[in-house]
Amino acid sequence: MIPRSTYQRVLRLVGLLTVLVIIAFLVLPAAVVTIAAFNDKPILSFPPQTWSWRWFGRALAYEDFRQGFFNGLIVTAWSSTIALCVGGMFAFVIDRYKFPLKSAIEGILISPLVIPHFTVGLGFLILAAQVGLSRGFAVVVICHVILVLPFVLRSVYVSLRNLDQSYEYAAASLGAGPLRVLTTVTLPLLLPGLVSGWLFAAILSFNEFTASLFVTSQRTQTLPVAMYNYVREFADPSMAALSVMYIVGTAALIAFANAFLGLGKVLNIEQSH
Amino acid sequence: MKPSANVEGEQTAVHFDAVTKRFDDVVALNAVTLGVGRSEFVTLLGPSGCGKTTLLKLAAGFLGPDGGSISIEGKRMNDIPTYQRGIGMMFQNYALFPHMSVAENVAYGLKTRRVPRVERDKRVADALALVKLKGMENRKPRQLSGGQQQRVALARALVINPTVLLLDEPFSALDKSLRTSMQVELREIQRKLGLTTIFVTHDQGEALSMSDRVAVMSEGRIRQLGRPVDVYRSPADPFVASFVGDNNRLRGQLVSMQAKQAIVALGDALVKVSGESLSGLEKSAAVDLFVRPEQFSVVAPEEPCAIKGSVVAQIYQGGHVDLQIECAGERLLVRSPGEQAVLRWPMGAPVGIGIQADRCSAFPAA
Repeated sequence: MIPRSTYQRVLRLVGLLTVLVIIAFLVLPAAVVTIAAFNDKPILSFPPQTWSWRWFGRALAYEDFRQGFFNGLIVTAWSSTIALCVGGMFAFVIDRYKFPLKSAIEGILISPLVIPHFTVGLGFLILAAQVGLSRGFAVVVICHVILVLPFVLRSVYVSLRNLDQSYEYAAASLGAGPLRVLTTVTLPLLLPGLVSGWLFAAILSFNEFTASLFVTSQRTQTLPVAMYNYVREFADPSMAALSVMYIVGTAALIAFANAFLGLGKVLNIEQSH
Repeated sequence: MKPSANVEGEQTAVHFDAVTKRFDDVVALNAVTLGVGRSEFVTLLGPSGCGKTTLLKLAAGFLGPDGGSISIEGKRMNDIPTYQRGIGMMFQNYALFPHMSVAENVAYGLKTRRVPRVERDKRVADALALVKLKGMENRKPRQLSGGQQQRVALARALVINPTVLLLDEPFSALDKSLRTSMQVELREIQRKLGLTTIFVTHDQGEALSMSDRVAVMSEGRIRQLGRPVDVYRSPADPFVASFVGDNNRLRGQLVSMQAKQAIVALGDALVKVSGESLSGLEKSAAVDLFVRPEQFSVVAPEEPCAIKGSVVAQIYQGGHVDLQIECAGERLLVRSPGEQAVLRWPMGAPVGIGIQADRCSAFPAA
């Protein structure tokens, strides 16, 4: 081993401590909530004196949560899939073609990052009332599509940038027409980017609260909205229990994607080939 | 369209007629005309940015020309998309489909052509046998070495019986020994199949060793088109002289000019050169003389010689020795066969340099 100077050792120690502190801060809220979820008493206190699983049962049995969960699944499935198709096509056009106002269109497509969610929600609420659209799933889905679009667009765009065009050239030189190139070469090579884009969109959509509060009704409320309504009336640990299930569910989803595609690819931090 | 004939009198397989290509304001190709004969191996050689890759991409149909026409086997290709051109192409990075096995990669071009399964399997097996990759069918490209990947790329391009094989610097990623053996192998296969081939490279050694003819390109034009030996021995202009092979540029003075022969004064010595490239020059005009390292001979300084200098560097190459000799502030590269030069002309030794006069080329001074 290379001998280290005292200075290097100190630097190493400080670096290590900094990393640990940052990680601790990242994990802190989740840790507090997780511990609070096992409190036996019907209050959200920390740390608990007595322990129990019962709030998990309560959270699972609570009708509004069940309904919200399934509503959330419907909204998420539709909105992230639509966003993937729309965002994917836009990413393709932006990557492959030059056209006037290209940067303006790019700007508009990522504008939901700039515009606050409650503005989007409020806008849709007003618009839906104006055109007489009932507060059904369609409004919620459209609203979510717009909110998650920038993330999907970004994800697919990065994958496209990383895709070496010589694969497509090679396919064309072997006699494959544009549609065949797309289905047999481009899309399979983009798959990790598409999956990661969809996954991001799905997680964001499922967790989205601010805009959803405006556009959902009692019938269409998603889980975060249901949780908000719950917390206005009750303050027991079933909220915390639900949070724990949330975290575990999301982690399981990412682990699943990781097993098939590799985490680097799913998070789009590696080149896709 | 009537197929035009090239120098060898064979039929032209690929014809570029006054092809021009612009990228915004940059002219990448300036009215390039080139005919590639059937079964011929033509190399496009030039520094990066000379337009060689652009010309290849135009042949492949990845780009469209801004002017002129491209035809393959007498058929105008300007508006025919790549996938209908019947070409085979090998890419610099091989571009093997990473999500397909070796066999699937090779079979890809046959599937698009709807070749029936039985025949397809047989042709894939034959192509893999041709490039010595039997038994690798089920591997993924990333499990192969660079040389093996290249063989797969070649098999994939050959299996469809292309009318033209287009090669875009396919050897640049290989190490030197592997590169040489792949060059020989590719050339053997190309000869055996009688495949019309256009090869792009910036490596002049590769161009000289592989080609039937070489097109030396610079700034969007073909500067010279000819057999390797012609391009090496009689470069058409100073660019070709200095780009192809090692060359020394010496400033001389035109002494006399007679029909095809010119006499150039180089210091105290007189050198006879071909006069064609100097026609129209006045007597005593400045002339650039290009002398290959092997056209010099090193002699003892007291012997009659053209130039005097001293050895400043020795580069031992096994079969020969390259000497750098400083003469009047300029360094000349001199190649001496065998290995005696190492001992005979040590560092700092004063030497005389003689010139094999009939073989060097001369151009009006730049």
